[in-house]
Amino acid sequence: MLHTVNKSPYETNSLSSCLRLARKGHTILLFENGIYGALKGTCFENVVTDALNKYQICVLMPDIEARGMRVDNVITGIKTVDYAEFVDLVASNSTVQAWL
Amino acid sequence: MEEEGVVKKFLYVNRKAPYGSIYALESLEVVLIGAAFEQDVSMVFIDDGVYQLKKDQQTSVSSGIGMKDFSKTYRALEGYDVEKLYVDKKSMEERGLSVDELVVPVTILDDAQMGELMEQQDVVLSF
Repeated sequence: MLHTVNKSPYETNSLSSCLRLARKGHTILLFENGIYGALKGTCFENVVTDALNKYQICVLMPDIEARGMRVDNVITGIKTVDYAEFVDLVASNSTVQAWL
Repeated sequence: MEEEGVVKKFLYVNRKAPYGSIYALESLEVVLIGAAFEQDVSMVFIDDGVYQLKKDQQTSVSSGIGMKDFSKTYRALEGYDVEKLYVDKKSMEERGLSVDELVVPVTILDDAQMGELMEQQDVVLSF
């Protein structure tokens, strides 16, 4: 199952609810302002790093770059994806829960 | 000849409080539309979504914000065979809410049960 998060973790609890309720082995994609949850040096780094033991976490690279960030800013272990890989993720999972 | 439709498991995930945005009302509208297609429907209420079910909402022009109190509609869902309503345990506890403060009977799910319910669905619609 795929979960998507498109809100900044500073703005809403979408990321924290997603991390709390998704099941082991699920994939989580961070995009739009959701990418702020994928960055090093933030108050979310530890909780997201821990979550990598339970979930595959991906982040959409164009949204990282659009916000002045680079791949170096992304927490180690998070997979960077492009638009085509985003589509692949949606197509390869039977259901998607969008944490709006 | 009428074609026999395939019954799929639909889950509506509600995470927004009512009135401050259109999400809650739109979700309910979609549920009611979907009910006409006789699918296997469940609704869950997580985060501020649990506030959608709070009893005693007063929204009339004379006493309040002048919007339709659509919380009454949740009580009508049973008539459309939408009977599986679930609330997130942690979201209820965080907000000091108990099930007797809600407009309809619901089942409380813990984190693991909620994840499992989501995983079992054919279609998840998120609001």
